[in-house]
Amino acid sequence: MLSFRRKAVNAIMLSLTGVCTILAVGTLLFILGYLFFHGGTSLTINFFTKLPTPVGEAGGGMANALLGSAKLLLLASCIGIPIGFLGGVYLAEFGGSSFSFVVRYTTDLLNGVPSIVIGIFAYTLIVLPQGHFSTLSGGLALGVMMIPIAIRSSEDFLRAVPVSLREGAMALGASKAKTILTVVIPAAKAGLLTGIMLNLARVAGETAPLIFTAFGNRYWSPGWEQPTAALPVMIYTYAISPYPDWKQQAWSAGFVLLMLVLTVNIFARMILTKRGNAAR
Amino acid sequence: MGGHLFHMEMADLKTPALGEASKLSTTNLVFHYGSFKALHGISLQVFDKRVTAFIGPSGCGKSTFLRTLNRMNETIRSSRVEGEILLDGEDIFKLEVSALRRRVGMVFQRPNPFPKSIFDNIAYGPRINGSVSRSAMKDNVEQSLRRAALWDEVKDKLHDSAYGLSGGQQQRLCIARALAVNPEVLLLDEPCSALDPIATAKIEDLIFQLKDSCTIVIVTHNMQQAARVADYTGFFLMGKLIEFDNTTVIFKNPARKETEDYITGRFG
Repeated sequence: MLSFRRKAVNAIMLSLTGVCTILAVGTLLFILGYLFFHGGTSLTINFFTKLPTPVGEAGGGMANALLGSAKLLLLASCIGIPIGFLGGVYLAEFGGSSFSFVVRYTTDLLNGVPSIVIGIFAYTLIVLPQGHFSTLSGGLALGVMMIPIAIRSSEDFLRAVPVSLREGAMALGASKAKTILTVVIPAAKAGLLTGIMLNLARVAGETAPLIFTAFGNRYWSPGWEQPTAALPVMIYTYAISPYPDWKQQAWSAGFVLLMLVLTVNIFARMILTKRGNAAR
Repeated sequence: MGGHLFHMEMADLKTPALGEASKLSTTNLVFHYGSFKALHGISLQVFDKRVTAFIGPSGCGKSTFLRTLNRMNETIRSSRVEGEILLDGEDIFKLEVSALRRRVGMVFQRPNPFPKSIFDNIAYGPRINGSVSRSAMKDNVEQSLRRAALWDEVKDKLHDSAYGLSGGQQQRLCIARALAVNPEVLLLDEPCSALDPIATAKIEDLIFQLKDSCTIVIVTHNMQQAARVADYTGFFLMGKLIEFDNTTVIFKNPARKETEDYITGRFG
């Protein structure tokens, strides 16, 4: 009797956990399949090479948005990666005091700030004084979004380097700075790189902070001072438009963006596992 | 009884026993981890080109003592050290710490090769301590690996990752890495506790060969190991040095009852 009850509970819980797992994985597969069906099938080379065409005119692509996104991510990296990395080094290697607690707490709070608020921050800092939208302000908004995750992931990967390696270096006469530069950072290299890639993949899909910073552009953006198109904003604009061919383009753009993010993600995880196996 | 040397040591620590030359000496060494007093006034001498072993139960302070000799404990927050340590008569707390650690090398309990090639592991010490020509570096790496009795096993794979080696080989690699900066003293902190008996025997042979060129201080859990490799042995208990003498005396005819109890297995 008891054994029957135990087996029944086991069966119910096992199927419950199984169903939830399938739901989690299924959501991703569903999105992938749906996007491929709507966007992937109508994707042509024009999407990657041509500018958007006016309403009603067939063809055209989002080459300017692809380049715009790349420029924005480059700017964001220049801001987010150095600050995040050096902050992470500080927390992992020199932290431990109450000041690091404050820094950690603050970065966690910054991470929780809604992305639209970060957009307003960049808007106030650059767009308002300059009087126009720009790639620069969009890059700043994305860069600020990268900082908290960059700090925490750098800190985590540096901390994961065993104390025994640091001691080994110091026992040979290495100073703390030399130990960090020649042993700790190289040992954490794969993790640090993965952190950067995942971080980039995350901000690549951000739309809200770009709406009133990079703004969008139907043409090439010649420099850093002009508004620029970006893939996520383009998807938003096209998807809410009333025109069927624009909607179709939005599907394609969504598919491309998802594939880019997925590729970066998978690539990043591969670096990490390969490295992990080699180190064991 | 056999305790004559022990009493002489206590009476006059500055006098080398049996005509031996003193390499390292500590006087009234006290060490605190925060409010915990880990070492209660340790005074002893480590003799030049000899093997000195420290035995004692876990937590007795023997590793802490070893780690004060190259100031590795300084990295621990809220630790405090008092007393004097002399290396060739020089106060080690007045030396530059990196210079001290080049002269007093250390090998740890678990093999800790860097995630680099075998060659780069050995070359690490010489590299950070100044630039050396490529050919001199190659010679140094070969010589260090030979001194650590590892050369024949790795000479064809110097540029492979050190992680591909077995545990025993990794530990000899760590010894070779320490030897590459030509230390005068080599501190071994339970170097065989993670190794199997065959790898342990190899390390013990190595210790025997190295004492011609190096002063060796070894901390070990394994009393037989101390008896096999050491010329002098010290017995630690609860942060105190209970007895320090010739290894033969410690194992055959200890002066103190605590030492005898520990060695005969009645305690510890």
